[in-house]
Amino acid sequence: MSLFDWFANRPKSGSPPSVSQAQEREIADGLWTKCEACGVMTYTKDLRANQMVCPECNHHVRVYSDERIRQLIDPGTWIPMDEHLIACDPLQFKDRKPYSDRLLEYRKKTGLRDAIETGRGQLDSLPLGLGVMDFRFMGGSMGSVVGEKITRLIEFATRDRLPVVLVCASGGARMQEGMLSLMQMAKTSAALERHRQERLLYIPVLTHPTTGGVTASFAMLGDIILAEPKATIGFAGRRVVEQTLHEKLPENFQTAEYLLGQGFLDAIVPRTQLKPTLVRLIRLHQPVEQPLPLIAPTLNLSGLAVDS
Amino acid sequence: MTTEQRKPFLLDFEKPLAELEAQIQQVREKSAEMGVDLSEQIHQLEARAAQLRQEIFSKLTASQKLQLARHPRRPSTLDYIQAISDEWMELHGDRRGTDDSAIVGGVARLEGQPVVMIGHQKGRDTKDNVVRNFGMASPGGYRKAIRLMDHADRFGMPILTFIDTPAAWAGLEAEQYGQGEAIAYNLREMFRLQVPIICTVIGEGGSGGALGIGVGDRLLMFEHAVYSVAPPEACAAILWRDAQKSPYAAEALKITAPDLQSLGIIDQILPEPLGGAHASPLKATEILKAALIQNLQELNQCSAQKRREMRYQKFRHIGIFTEVSA
Ligand SMILES: [Zn+2]
Repeated sequence: MSLFDWFANRPKSGSPPSVSQAQEREIADGLWTKCEACGVMTYTKDLRANQMVCPECNHHVRVYSDERIRQLIDPGTWIPMDEHLIACDPLQFKDRKPYSDRLLEYRKKTGLRDAIETGRGQLDSLPLGLGVMDFRFMGGSMGSVVGEKITRLIEFATRDRLPVVLVCASGGARMQEGMLSLMQMAKTSAALERHRQERLLYIPVLTHPTTGGVTASFAMLGDIILAEPKATIGFAGRRVVEQTLHEKLPENFQTAEYLLGQGFLDAIVPRTQLKPTLVRLIRLHQPVEQPLPLIAPTLNLSGLAVDS
Repeated sequence: MTTEQRKPFLLDFEKPLAELEAQIQQVREKSAEMGVDLSEQIHQLEARAAQLRQEIFSKLTASQKLQLARHPRRPSTLDYIQAISDEWMELHGDRRGTDDSAIVGGVARLEGQPVVMIGHQKGRDTKDNVVRNFGMASPGGYRKAIRLMDHADRFGMPILTFIDTPAAWAGLEAEQYGQGEAIAYNLREMFRLQVPIICTVIGEGGSGGALGIGVGDRLLMFEHAVYSVAPPEACAAILWRDAQKSPYAAEALKITAPDLQSLGIIDQILPEPLGGAHASPLKATEILKAALIQNLQELNQCSAQKRREMRYQKFRHIGIFTEVSA
């Protein structure tokens, strides 16, 4: 299911054109960042201050779990959960390389234990459960650990009556764990069903890319579903869909904008607006301390014909 | 059906057996032609054939099972439904503008008990397969399925689903109408339903397309059926970068019933007649019917609340990982 188009789509290495050697050195130092969309150079510090959104063209540079948590959660309030869960290799899976080797490599390369970070924290002082998928770790794919961490997060939030926000970025189910991965779709959906029965708010935020088994489970089960501009969101991989057709796919196919038009998203929210939007939505769904005043605002009814 | 017509559907690993059977046939003809008694020789050959069949079918590889699961003569959902029900009426449509024929469903009676039956329907021939889209359902199929399950829940009818699909349909319209949302919705809602749900993989369980009607209190699987996170061909193309490596992928993905039972994913393996379900559809039907009735009787012992809790816990415990000390 998860078609992992990203394997083939990974950017080829090679230097960008028309960048001076001095600038190249500064890119390498991380001082400047060149926008992959418009080519304009921005001070990395400024880019970070703008939450990794290109100030020139509004391109959303991919951000990972640590950065995303920093952007959303009030400083000093983040309490990570279930960091001690790590993937083993239940099928002894080996393709061109053993899965166990791949896991070690990705752990070393990313410093992460798997493809999601979960925890609780505050958003403008509002407590919530937050999960952020990390595309760096095997394309954000969902195996037993991702499924278990999400399920534990949702169960915790159900017990503590907290809203849940899941920032999605995933190629789908992790093939190397076979059917165990597929069943995580059902497991996470089951936990969401209970959260929902308690009338608690769940908001997935779909970022680039959200595909396969993640789209076919928790990504599409939000009470309210948000997405980042231009994120790729879909079930089947674009090229798989292309193979079933004799015509070309629409230009914006499987973009957030396309899904919004089809009625599958509530809103596309620029990253710089994400935190205030989430805060507003969570506040709107909290019980009001002061119910509507008993005395309605007076309406002037004079001049209206009223049957008696 | 004559032997001649069956020939095109002979699977590779069945060839030695077919050759032996052809040989037996020749000896028989010779015996009749020449009026000599060759019954001793025929007897010996037949014993050898029986032994060979037993050998072949007792140690099938994952990719051989995949071939059996996709066998064009393997009984389909409608074959089973019609054979196990006292009565059956197919119902149509998702009430959202489509009626997907890759998923069928309706009301039926199983040994007197009203039930709702739903399953993927593969075509019985090429023409039928075009109509059925080879059993690859569109969002409308999943929405029809959940509509029928809600119906079952309202009227207290147990739900029996039959899984037999290569994958959910990956066409433009499927994406346009929310394939992901349709499957996701079913996954969540099937945990809400009060009535017993039994899912049986009768042939091919293809990823999310199968799971979309695959959440239940019991998950049964025929002996030679397969259930995979992704089609082995697709997996081979992605992980091995070579679609020809599909047999390796089929092996590595652990898609057979015994593998899935040991991973804690399925609850019961239904034995198939020797040679596979298609070799004796009547026998396969009896086995299925008996298993469904037995499981339903067990599930009926529990309260709806208990069943739902058990359904939750069943899926809650799927997953294998390590907990290390921080
Ligand atoms: Zn830019």
